[in-house]
Amino acid sequence: MELEQIYTQIITENSRSKEHKYAVKDATQVVEGVNPSCGDEISLQLRVKDGMIEDAAFLGDGCAISQASANIMIDLIKGKSVKEAEHLSNLFLGMIKGEVTDDGQLDELEDAQAFKDISHMPARVKCAVLGWHTLQDAVTKAEKATS
Amino acid sequence: MTDTIKTQFPLLQQKQNGKPLVYLDSGATTQRPQAVLDAVKHFYEQDNANPHRGAYELGERATAAYEGARAQVASFLNAQKEEVIFTRNATESLNLLAYSWGLHNLKAGDKVVVSILEHHSNLIPWQQVCHAVGAELIFLYTGQDGVIPDEEIEKKITKGVKLVACTHVSNVLGLVSPVEKIAARAHEVGAVMVLDCAQSAPHLKLDVQKLNVDFLAFSGHKLYAPLGIGVLWGRRELLEAMPPFLTGGDMIDSVREQDATWAPLPQKFEAGTQNAGGAVGLAAAIRWIQSIGYETIEKRENDVYRYLWDELAKMPHITLYGTPEGQHCGAVAFNVEGVHPHDVSTILDADAVCVRAGHHCAQPLLTHLGLRACCRASIAVYNTREDVDALANSLQKVRKWLGYGT
Ligand SMILES: Cc1ncc(COP(=O)(O)O)c(C=O)c1O
Repeated sequence: MELEQIYTQIITENSRSKEHKYAVKDATQVVEGVNPSCGDEISLQLRVKDGMIEDAAFLGDGCAISQASANIMIDLIKGKSVKEAEHLSNLFLGMIKGEVTDDGQLDELEDAQAFKDISHMPARVKCAVLGWHTLQDAVTKAEKATS
Repeated sequence: MTDTIKTQFPLLQQKQNGKPLVYLDSGATTQRPQAVLDAVKHFYEQDNANPHRGAYELGERATAAYEGARAQVASFLNAQKEEVIFTRNATESLNLLAYSWGLHNLKAGDKVVVSILEHHSNLIPWQQVCHAVGAELIFLYTGQDGVIPDEEIEKKITKGVKLVACTHVSNVLGLVSPVEKIAARAHEVGAVMVLDCAQSAPHLKLDVQKLNVDFLAFSGHKLYAPLGIGVLWGRRELLEAMPPFLTGGDMIDSVREQDATWAPLPQKFEAGTQNAGGAVGLAAAIRWIQSIGYETIEKRENDVYRYLWDELAKMPHITLYGTPEGQHCGAVAFNVEGVHPHDVSTILDADAVCVRAGHHCAQPLLTHLGLRACCRASIAVYNTREDVDALANSLQKVRKWLGYGT
């Protein structure tokens, strides 16, 4: 895989963005995610009210790919419902696994489509999915908390 | 320029993306010279049978090959044959020690000392055994330079310490530990001394008569030998007093329904069918190393190591860890400012330069140094100054890929 396909402007800019890096006030879910191969950790924080994600942010350090992926993810899910966030995470993980390839379907992922080709770099897949797997844990917890 | 050592390694002749492969991850595993590949092939084509089990000529040849390999390792270490136990790798050797020696000799209130430099393989087994028996695990800390100060040795290795386990060479910083001082102090307080030689065996001559340690462990695959063969050496009287680690075939003297007695050394510690092909490969690797000689190896590697350190130290935006002072082998650890080590490694890979990124199985050390992760370039006897130039050239591009001006 060519570096041009990985280190695109979308990814490098998002990787350095601090927009969504803070501790969420009155967070209802704080979930830690770890990439055991490199030790990178993120803490995903959500404030969910009536099934809606009122605020979302993350803390932690990591590589450009994991940071950009988490930043784009937060952009996408903030203000959406927990159900929608779950749907988007399934779509993202489906894209990475190569199970969802239809561009029309993937349009919903907006900038997160930048990670489509990461599946050609097995060593970096874990970095791209770290935030999204953590989101799935958080969503499960949010759903449990309300049921 | 062709290098007469490098040309003996078939794998290193390949290209990746049209560029010559620059392998700077020998600390993880080395490549194998043709002589080792040939020896393994010869064993499987001519001599393979289950060692110690076949009472026919072929079986005897397999046994002779396997026991011949043990003799080769023994003479390499200046040890007795019975004191050389074959394992899968250094990790298994250290677990054998922790579970067999540790569980039977440590009790609540005893102390075990390790250094903060340890690879997880020489840390977690001791940590777990300490948990199991209620012993205390104590660390020798380094300064920010990665060096263990003398006072630390004096202060931490005291009465009540039963075992000291320390790495000979740090797999992250490449620094040689003050083994003489640590071993002398350990013995002064009556402790057993374990040396993890995984990162030293490829670079330094090991002589168990001079090292003043009681046990040592290393992996064949970091020493130009195949994967899956390792060594534990121990003093005979200590090994004899230890119970077996794994039990089963080949390690017994006689077995009845309710109990069993153990074979003498070294079979007592070699349960099940052994990796004879790997042992033969290790013996060939040792002969290959001896044909070059440690003096030449050290001279070549020191030159490349110095050059590597100096070239990286000259570059802007690069931080080196550890210190250029003192004796080093193998590894140089560094980071590129503003770029995560994994991104560095991906970008270097596009130029066919292989370095490792991450915590290097030494998380407590990285935490101690205030790091989460770093890059590591590590060398072996086949590396040249050209490899270092390729690394330096590629490193210059890293920050640009991530959108930095310089
Ligand atoms: C210092 C040190 N000890 C132990 C080990 C464990 O070696 P292995 O994985 O071959 O068992 C390593 C390997 O990276 C090492 O560098």
